[in-house]
Amino acid sequence: MSEKGCNCNCAQNRAAEFKDLAPVLEQYAKVPGSLITILQKAQDIYGYLSLDAINYISEETGIKPAKIYGVATFYAQFRLKPVGKYLIMLCQGTACHVNGSEMIEEAICEYLDIKDGETTEDGIFTLNNVACLGCCSLAPVMMIKSVEGDETYGNLTKDSVKQILGEIRERA
Amino acid sequence: MRVVIGQGSCGIATGAKKTAAEFEKQIAEKNISNVTLGVTGCVGTCYLEPIVDVYDDDGKMTRYVKVQPDKVEKIVEEHLMQHQVAEDQAITEEDKEFVGKQQRVVLRNCGVINPENIEDYIAVDGYKAIEKVLTSMKPEEVIEEIKVSGLRGRGGAGFPTWFKWNAAKQSPGNEKYLVCNADEGDPGAFMDRSVLEGDPHSLIEGMIIGGYAMGATQGVIYCRAEYPLAIKRLEIAMAQAREKGFLGKNIFDSGFDFDLRIKAGAGAFVCGEETALIASLEGERGMPRLKPPFPAAKGYWQKPTDINNVETLANVPWIIYNGGAAFGSMGTEKSKGTKVFALAGKIKKGGLVEVPMGLTLRDVIFGIGGGIKNDREFKAVQMGGPSGGCIPAELIDTPVTYEDINKTGAIVGSGGMIVMDEDTCMVDMARYFLNFTRDESCGKCNYCRIGTKRMLEILERITEGEGKDGDIELLEELAGKIKDGSMCGLGQTAPNPVLTTLKYFRNEYEDHIYNKKCTAASCKALISFSINDACKGCTLCARHCPVGAISGKVKEKHVIDQDLCIKCGKCLDTCKFGAIEKK
Repeated sequence: MSEKGCNCNCAQNRAAEFKDLAPVLEQYAKVPGSLITILQKAQDIYGYLSLDAINYISEETGIKPAKIYGVATFYAQFRLKPVGKYLIMLCQGTACHVNGSEMIEEAICEYLDIKDGETTEDGIFTLNNVACLGCCSLAPVMMIKSVEGDETYGNLTKDSVKQILGEIRERA
Repeated sequence: MRVVIGQGSCGIATGAKKTAAEFEKQIAEKNISNVTLGVTGCVGTCYLEPIVDVYDDDGKMTRYVKVQPDKVEKIVEEHLMQHQVAEDQAITEEDKEFVGKQQRVVLRNCGVINPENIEDYIAVDGYKAIEKVLTSMKPEEVIEEIKVSGLRGRGGAGFPTWFKWNAAKQSPGNEKYLVCNADEGDPGAFMDRSVLEGDPHSLIEGMIIGGYAMGATQGVIYCRAEYPLAIKRLEIAMAQAREKGFLGKNIFDSGFDFDLRIKAGAGAFVCGEETALIASLEGERGMPRLKPPFPAAKGYWQKPTDINNVETLANVPWIIYNGGAAFGSMGTEKSKGTKVFALAGKIKKGGLVEVPMGLTLRDVIFGIGGGIKNDREFKAVQMGGPSGGCIPAELIDTPVTYEDINKTGAIVGSGGMIVMDEDTCMVDMARYFLNFTRDESCGKCNYCRIGTKRMLEILERITEGEGKDGDIELLEELAGKIKDGSMCGLGQTAPNPVLTTLKYFRNEYEDHIYNKKCTAASCKALISFSINDACKGCTLCARHCPVGAISGKVKEKHVIDQDLCIKCGKCLDTCKFGAIEKK
């Protein structure tokens, strides 16, 4: 993964590409134990962790890319692929499961023609199954993350979920 | 007059923000003066959200429930303008009992105070306990008070809190850490979220007290990233506490320093295990290590570290302020105090319930939770999440204490109670939990990593109608080996959901395997749809069937071709005459 010895200025190019991440690294790069925080902030800025971002963080922190990759793939929160404008986090907690979250998942998959972890062709939606959102008495629940903020929807039915996604698609 | 709108995550999910905006609009439009709008956390009656409390000038509170924006105008006109309670929107006497029957220690301020305003917390005797501790108590006296209270860890293990504090105190070293585990990973439990969102100061105060008792000057709150609102409110609360001098240097002129920071978790159930949590705090993969050394000796950055759960710590200010004996007088001999339970699943009134330990499951599920949704038959309650088990209907009179619940094969855990009715398939529940632990196994121990996968495969086979003779025995054998061969609690308890369902619902497993039948009519591969004589021949189902499996003439009974049917259930959803049968 290292480009040591090459003359293409990739390191400089990367610094330009990730200039929004520079202040984060300035604050945390030398603070021990901050890798997860850095990755979270990088994902907040870019929506996901690209290989380039991992290499850049590695250069700035001195942590090996393999280790960063190891941490990034260990935790459910990190994504290595870009996500759509609206990230659907569909709760698969116990209460949601008992109240039919699998049926909701089927309805979403059918409506958007994607599977868990995939993004729609138009780049609007990504579907991610998540453990538990902690709104168990409103099960089944989903949270939709976007630049508009995080919105939680409860008591979902096959029809209501389609209506919610339809409304978002119209304004997107 | 004051209008307070409950805005925890669940309130917001049901539209509390829109309700708040509508109040603001109506109050401005109607030019009403002397009314302030306020925010509070979740009172725990999630099934009644959005909840609006109107406080008259004399302090009298009226609670309005299920206040969607279209109901706001009536409350504004009747209550705010004419000073008449809008009776038909107000909470019923029956629903008042949901909170009325509880005894609230941890949740004492949730849904009462504004979590974003420290003055609200101070007004209800907030930060009085830490003042008492720092001005009149020695660290060992604090630990003694906690010992008297009998407080045990509320995160799952139920370990005596004073013992952990004392171990960290006895550990040599000047640099010690107090870590709060706010990574509520058990799917189906949400009491910690409610405390973090509704009463963050009680956690902060509990941590300062704990820090003083064990000699830790730094605290870390490890909070799950799925709780953005909790993190936001904690940050606000910490900033306010710092400004008031409750956090920082020389608190109450005692010479004691304590400060706090938040670390956002990144989503890993195994980080509920102490050593994995510490690894995660240090920026590593959250993988447990062998104990000893215990964190009390070598924890965060190899320094003595104590880890407590949110609910445990939120109890502490109350215990110190009211005395350990007052707390110990509630509950049973070995399980003292109150415990918060998260009621969810097929329950009529879902939400958070705080009761003295020792009440029976029946008291909680039927007495407070109102019984089963749609008056179906109660089948089982799942306690303890992926480490726990299913307690069957015949054990409904089991007292909720650590000891009695353990005897059933389940655990109290963090207090999630998922109620199930006759439509819930127990084999599918076991499959669900094994899928969870398979995903969440960190992979360090072979038995946990591979064993849970193999168990899941067997369970998948059974629920898909491919179960074979010997599967149950194989599950039992694997379960024993995974328990013995795993280093941490995740692996050691992972087989519990299978073992308890096998213990109480073995006949369901046998039905799946030998009779190819799912009693709960939930496993797709084992059910079939048919049309009965109630069919009017309206053709609606035939038009909605995605595979054209339904045929029949207009105004004549239709039939389903079982070979074509993909069991999607569309016909059942669309039929208006109840003519579709699922078996």
